[in-house]
Amino acid sequence: MSDTAMNKPVGLPALPSYLDQSDAVRARFERLKQREVILKVDGLNKVFSSGQRETLALSDISFETHRREFLCVVGPSGCGKSTLVRILAGLEEHTSGDVLLLGEPVSEPGRDRGMVFQGYTLFPWLTVKKNVMFGLEVNGSGAYEAEKQALQWLQLIGLEKFADAYPNQLSGGMKQRVAIVRALANQPRILLMDEPFGALDAQTRSRMQAHLLEIWRKIDITIVFITHDLDEAIFLADRILVLSAHPGQVQELIEVPVPHPRSSAQFISPEFLATKARLEELIHKGEAPDEEDSGTYSMVARMTDIADDID
Amino acid sequence: MALTDSDNAMRSEPVGVVGPGDAAPLLEKRDGATLRPTGAGKARNRKGWFQVLRPLTPRARLLLGMLSFVLPIAAWCVVSYVPYVWHPQIAITDPGATDYLQVGMRMNKAAFDDVVAEAKADHKAPPQGYASNPIYLPAPHEVAAAFYTSFVTPPATKDQPWLHQSLWHSIQVIFWGFVISSIFGVPIGILCGTYAAFARLTEPFVEFFRYLPAPAFGALAVAILGIYDGPKITIIVIGTFFQQVLIIANTTRKLDVGLVEAALTLGTKRFQLLWRVVIPGILPDLYRDQRILLGWAWTYLIVAELIGTTTGITWFITQQARYQHFANVYAAIMMIGIIGLGTDMLLALLGRRLFPWERSLDKSA
Ligand SMILES: Nc1ncnc2c1ncn2[C@@H]1O[C@H](COP(=O)(O)OP(=O)(O)O)[C@@H](O)[C@H]1O
Ligand SMILES: [Mg+2]
Repeated sequence: MSDTAMNKPVGLPALPSYLDQSDAVRARFERLKQREVILKVDGLNKVFSSGQRETLALSDISFETHRREFLCVVGPSGCGKSTLVRILAGLEEHTSGDVLLLGEPVSEPGRDRGMVFQGYTLFPWLTVKKNVMFGLEVNGSGAYEAEKQALQWLQLIGLEKFADAYPNQLSGGMKQRVAIVRALANQPRILLMDEPFGALDAQTRSRMQAHLLEIWRKIDITIVFITHDLDEAIFLADRILVLSAHPGQVQELIEVPVPHPRSSAQFISPEFLATKARLEELIHKGEAPDEEDSGTYSMVARMTDIADDID
Repeated sequence: MALTDSDNAMRSEPVGVVGPGDAAPLLEKRDGATLRPTGAGKARNRKGWFQVLRPLTPRARLLLGMLSFVLPIAAWCVVSYVPYVWHPQIAITDPGATDYLQVGMRMNKAAFDDVVAEAKADHKAPPQGYASNPIYLPAPHEVAAAFYTSFVTPPATKDQPWLHQSLWHSIQVIFWGFVISSIFGVPIGILCGTYAAFARLTEPFVEFFRYLPAPAFGALAVAILGIYDGPKITIIVIGTFFQQVLIIANTTRKLDVGLVEAALTLGTKRFQLLWRVVIPGILPDLYRDQRILLGWAWTYLIVAELIGTTTGITWFITQQARYQHFANVYAAIMMIGIIGLGTDMLLALLGRRLFPWERSLDKSA
């Protein structure tokens, strides 16, 4: 941790710049950037055409992620985060530009890119263990080998007791953990996650974040993580890609100055707050002023009974 | 290091979490109603019957389910056993001096009163009788007795079938009609639901054909397939198949696309999707559709059996009606209902065993 950061009293308006990095953090980023590039997106455009209307959802998106990097993508709702990650997964075609995974262009879904969706998408007819075995089996592993590996993965997330339960017997957090190891069991090069914890309650959510970081530290995986929760993004990410809306464009690629290993105590550290301030600034700038909620509260008529003078 | 910590924290999260063996408690918890203390529950349940889109308590379900049978039977009992609720006719017990009345004959009250008045005017013995319902409405006990007697009464001639043989014949016609329809209808329906191109190629014609009344093909079927079971099975197939394709196609289309996408990102090849995701994903709903369609197949039975030589339960019904054994007619009609409902309940039970993952989701059935 840098001296300047340590000496600054917490909570005062004079935050360090989010660009200030301690030596350890700077060294970490230098090492990170020396690792091989796993995913390279270059000049990516996406146009949705429905009937005569054409919507430019993504415009000239370029970025790179390095091996074992944790990249978060944030942006206002509707800015094309899901579209971007679906293109990376190969579930959606892009209009122009390049998406290269280890130098190979991405055109359709494949086992080298795992994906975790917000809606769990576990196969309800398969037990937890069989869900984790699914990817291995469709890729030609023998049942015995697949089962052995599935059990190891379940052990990693502490769900081996639930191996023979069906997904609908699990809580949301457990389902999402299974979905994560189901994707990881295939040993993808990159794990794509589209607001995976968006449907969870706050407590489960923060536990899941800590858990995901643990998994990420233990295995060789690059993660692209979509979220609209800025705290989540700062807590998890090495770097944060900030998109603006209409069309979705890269505003900034922020190197998070919060040192590793992460802990929830860091939520009030100056680096964290500085980063958050910067993100908020970008997101608010990126939000179109006349969005759906342009109306202010003055438009809401006071509809309570006149006689009730509670306030 | 932190993994073990957070690990334990995770395990202590189990709100609504159950071990593999105990799905049942979860089901009850979701139901909510079953957890209520009985004392407080009673007052709430009565109001609860009219809650919009809310499930009933198991007791209320059972009670109402039984009432749905008890009420019509009770109405029937009242009409049959309470005099002058209806009883528009007089059954003759003694013709008196008249020469055109016979014992057991029924006539309208007004006509009977005229005859009595006439006899009295002529100072002859008036006919006697008791108020009764028309012969086509037998009393419940008569129909109940017919459930037994119609099975043990031998057929009029040796070459005619017993009732159980007629019933068995009907069941076979239904069975083969439904099996043949399903052999084609289920795969075509699934393909339609899975591949939009296939659906576009098939469904417009199927939509058209399903409006054609199946019995309209009766004469054609006889001309092609003869007078025995061929045309009957054909009618059931025509009546079922086209609906089947459309219903199953729609069920297939309702599958969560997310599951298909998840499978794709796990490296599933496109040709594997059908077996690996689509079919297992829709199986419980497909099974439910098949149960409904089997019910529809039964409704085509009577028309089907009238085609060519009349056979099966339809033959029994028409014979008994001809001899005015209406109690037997009612009994035979009810047997169809009982067999149909019975099969469906058995299939529902079987379904719960076949699809254990549906159990804690299943609110009805
Ligand atoms: N299939 C589609 N057809 C047309 N427009 C789409 C489609 N999917 C997304 N869009 C549009 O693209 C934009 C980005 O959507 P999305 O990627 O879902 O945003 P986010 O995930 O950031 O909320 C939105 O304006 C949305 O209306
Ligand atoms: Mg989205």
